[in-house]
Amino acid sequence: MSLENTTTDVGSFASQTAVETAVDDAETIVEARDLDVYYGETQALDGISMGIPERKVTALIGPSGCGKSTFLRSINRMNDLIDGARVDGEVRLRGKNVYDDDVDPVALRRAVGMVFQEPNPFPKSIYDNVAYGLRVQGKDDDLDAQVEDALRRAALWEEVSDQLDSSGLDLSGGQQQRLCIARAIAPDPEVLLMDEPTSALDPVAAAQIEDLMADLAETFTVVIVTHNMQQAARISDKTAVFLTGGELVEFDDTGKIFGNPENQRVEDYITGKFG
Amino acid sequence: MAGAGERAEPTGTGTSGDGRASGGDGVFGTDRSLGRKRLYGRLFVGLCFLSTLFGVVALALLLADVVYESWGWLDWTFLTHPPSYFESNYVDGRGAGIYPALVGSIFLIVLTAVFTIFLGVGAAIYLEEYASESRVTRFIEANIANLAAVPSVVYGLLGLALFVRAAGLGSVLLAGALTLTLLILPITIVAAQEAIRAVPDSQRRAAYGVGATKWEVTRDVVLPSAVPGIMTGVILSLARAIGETAPLIMIGAATSMFAPPRLSPEALFEPFGAMPMQIFEWASQPQSAFLNIAAAGSLVLLTVLLVMNATAIYIRNRYDTT
Repeated sequence: MSLENTTTDVGSFASQTAVETAVDDAETIVEARDLDVYYGETQALDGISMGIPERKVTALIGPSGCGKSTFLRSINRMNDLIDGARVDGEVRLRGKNVYDDDVDPVALRRAVGMVFQEPNPFPKSIYDNVAYGLRVQGKDDDLDAQVEDALRRAALWEEVSDQLDSSGLDLSGGQQQRLCIARAIAPDPEVLLMDEPTSALDPVAAAQIEDLMADLAETFTVVIVTHNMQQAARISDKTAVFLTGGELVEFDDTGKIFGNPENQRVEDYITGKFG
Repeated sequence: MAGAGERAEPTGTGTSGDGRASGGDGVFGTDRSLGRKRLYGRLFVGLCFLSTLFGVVALALLLADVVYESWGWLDWTFLTHPPSYFESNYVDGRGAGIYPALVGSIFLIVLTAVFTIFLGVGAAIYLEEYASESRVTRFIEANIANLAAVPSVVYGLLGLALFVRAAGLGSVLLAGALTLTLLILPITIVAAQEAIRAVPDSQRRAAYGVGATKWEVTRDVVLPSAVPGIMTGVILSLARAIGETAPLIMIGAATSMFAPPRLSPEALFEPFGAMPMQIFEWASQPQSAFLNIAAAGSLVLLTVLLVMNATAIYIRNRYDTT
């Protein structure tokens, strides 16, 4: 009885915020087909197939070790950097398989930006942090304007406009994470991957980042891994639930997942029976 | 003493149990073994403190002795004049001192620094950032660690065979610098590897994430963060090299030079002197005054060494927080 109530609460909460947008109209920009990822002998992802809609927020949720971060990293081939990681299947970005031989992972990562769990600004000035991606990508015409624009879109400009030369490490944790968002969006990627971007932050700083999401989704396709189900319900248009074993159990509109999931295991997970 | 402690332990534990049961003297009962354990603890701390003191006191005595012996002999004239075999020249007269050897040592160490930085940092970057974890890599790393322990006189022999003879350089500055480079290369590589390993992976990921290539990640992220650690390692190993005598004797460096090396590329291929050689030469003279002169030379060498170490500590503290 009490469990059912919880389900309804989360569902209604989600329906107030995210579901109104018509997800079905959006084009699929990233599509995984039968994706398996192995770390050595261990299988981390098992036959994932899903399509991520353009300019929406797609949340990946699930318990620890379910492979949600692995899936995220397989989109921009950050898994290539892990010794012993092996990928079968396809991830298509605008129809092109990113694991094809003629795809340069460096070029791919210019189209797919990433924000990490721990804020990781470089020990450089705020300006140089944001400019770094633009510089390595050769997009350094009118750098000042691009840096300002990225900081504005990351809702950080007001706080740092008079201290662009001071170190990025002098900022608070939440500001550092918004700086990392600015650094990731400055070169204008098509897709923005966020790997638990608020889990190392206090609730106020996390709420500021959440507020940013809707704005970011107007320009970018956002894929966010989170272990916070309320966060997924609040900010995402679509939600994918991964469960232990690297399986994608259910992928649907966020309102549907939190209101009336098809799968019993998903319902158990989001109502807190395990996880 | 430790044996006695172990034997006494069981009885102590026994009484503590009794003490607790009967209420004992203190609030938590009495435990006679506790006092003994504290005594052992204090004895142990005392021994550790004495070990610490030993090195510091020995260094202080050495410094005091060198300063005492060289008192009155070390002045500006000593630093700016070539050596002489007449002791009277060192006190009054036309002036004599360590100048050519001092300049020779500086030339030697600057050249060694250039070679060491390129070779040592290059090897460390390759091993840490590029080489895959394989049996060959592990074999190379183990051998580098072993090479760090090879006595310097062996490096002198190697330098003699390789640079002086095989390469036909002769006993010149370049051969000396290359030999010293071989000597300190292993230490530098290990220190640079540690500095590179200490750069957090999150920093590398951040750069890869915005589309940097491996070379850009190494150049923009890894090296800038690792430079303070690398420089500390390089300076400390150069400080070791500047005092080395054995390899220089092996390759046939001059014991006394009467003119400093010229400030031109040709100096690379000309004979050279260095402070340890000069000090050795002075100390082997029969007249007693040369003992004081050798002490004055040692003080100059020690000062250069301490300045180098201080620079290393300064760099480490200055850049460690960023």
